[in-house]
Amino acid sequence: MSLLENLYREIVLDHYRHPRHYGPLEGAERFPGQNPSCGDHLVLYLDRQGDGPLRLAFEAEGCAISQASASLMADLLTGTSADRAAELARAFIATLHGGSVPEELGDLAAFSTLAQLPARIPCALLPWTTLLSALSPDRPAADPAAP
Amino acid sequence: MAIKRDFPVFSERPGLVYLDSAASSQKPSVVLEALDDFYRRHYANVHRGIYQLSEEATRAYEGARAQVAAFFGAGAADLVFTRNATEAINLVGRTWGDLLEPGDQILVTVMEHHSNLIPWQQLAGRKGASIVWADIDDQGRLDLEGIARLLEAGGVRLVAVTQMSNVLGTVNPISWIAEQAHRAGALLLVDGAQSAAHLPLNLASLGADFFAFSGHKLGGPSGIGGLIARPGLLEEMPPFLGGGEMIREVWLDRATFADPPQRFEAGTPAIAEAVALARAVTYLDTLGIAELWKAERQLTERLLDGLDALGLPCFGPRGEDRAGVASFNLPGIHAHDLASFLDLRGIAVRAGHHCAQPLMRRLGQAATARASLFAYSDAADVDALLSALAEAKAFFA
Ligand SMILES: Cc1ncc(COP(=O)(O)O)c(C=O)c1O
Repeated sequence: MSLLENLYREIVLDHYRHPRHYGPLEGAERFPGQNPSCGDHLVLYLDRQGDGPLRLAFEAEGCAISQASASLMADLLTGTSADRAAELARAFIATLHGGSVPEELGDLAAFSTLAQLPARIPCALLPWTTLLSALSPDRPAADPAAP
Repeated sequence: MAIKRDFPVFSERPGLVYLDSAASSQKPSVVLEALDDFYRRHYANVHRGIYQLSEEATRAYEGARAQVAAFFGAGAADLVFTRNATEAINLVGRTWGDLLEPGDQILVTVMEHHSNLIPWQQLAGRKGASIVWADIDDQGRLDLEGIARLLEAGGVRLVAVTQMSNVLGTVNPISWIAEQAHRAGALLLVDGAQSAAHLPLNLASLGADFFAFSGHKLGGPSGIGGLIARPGLLEEMPPFLGGGEMIREVWLDRATFADPPQRFEAGTPAIAEAVALARAVTYLDTLGIAELWKAERQLTERLLDGLDALGLPCFGPRGEDRAGVASFNLPGIHAHDLASFLDLRGIAVRAGHHCAQPLMRRLGQAATARASLFAYSDAADVDALLSALAEAKAFFA
């Protein structure tokens, strides 16, 4: 079995079928993201609690890779600071482009095998690029918080 | 197997199971040689030089026009070379479409590729015209009564329909639609992007007023396709793009335009590509397009029976009006994940919305995987797919 099949078997399928932090998050802002080339959609719920630890959740329609990536991202970043979240996001993105794989990424480290399937890298990136634009100071206005 | 030997990619990449020919086909060596030979020995710009080489290039380009037109049962004067089917459809929207009036209707179907939809939306927006559309039934065949009803209402000026669905594989009854459209005073544009590579065609008897196709789907190079019009129709149409080649006489503030087809071919065309496209159609003629269609029908049955046996939901009709396109899903996993699983086994299929989002919505699918056949596809390709799908079913269970 290839590394990639291992990735599916050990991590991706679990998070795809049992996503963590799934569904609307009260008090959070709502950030839509999409991948027009394949039709994947995602809504990121982000509550910055002022400048406190982040709360995250998501809803998505799309492939297993993008959903698992979102689920793992929400897991990893819940409770971190905004600065730390942006740092981890940049580290994860670098991993997909062949960079070194820092231990702090946990299960997400295994996504580095997507280098075998470059066509799927945008799937894994979608939640993270949505997060980075949500965190950026010049981000577009978010939708009003979902109830 | 024999036909595969004519396509170098299969010896260059042993083990490749290429099942994405509906997106684009692989190229036979005769087409590659035609490109090479033309650039090595006969290349110059066309319709310009008085020197021998340009004369040769012009003769080759215009000869290609005649051969390609003849392949479809049309005359050279009625074939405009374009980049692809998309450009051919847009050409009609931007030229013939100028004659539309506010309130006119354009009839499309829910199975259209975006290429045969967006240009009509744009035209309707420019002209204050409106889009009306025909549905499909549960098998994926067009609702012909719906088409007849929309035509009877009297406002339709153009029917724009695909001859073969790139998602469902449905082959539509074009002659019947042509008759209905003409009786209602409408013209018929046929999107032949898929059918041109598969069906024996005779445009003289098909009844289409416009027929759009792409060379890259029938073994030709990318960057060349065409629009074929009913004789005389191009004469009435204003030019498309402006520039060199399409003029008769030019002053600083005005110009008169060349006769068709040159009127619609502004700028230096895809010369070598046209020549190679002509080689592609003569190659298909040698194989016999009717024979190829028969073989494709059999292989399609093998594929559909196999998908049925695996219990995978698959869209589109069964029968003589079904081409070698199969869109399916593996329940519980997204089509992209399935396509990656197949890719790791050297099997190339498409996954996604196939540039047919209204149809995907109609089918209630966010995405499907799609396997599609061409002349070189064989039982070994189909069986490799089916056995990999059996594996995928176990893997994703
Ligand atoms: C039915 C149909 N129409 C139009 C097109 C557009 O073809 P092209 O991209 O070559 O213009 C395609 C190609 O995918 C198609 O399948």
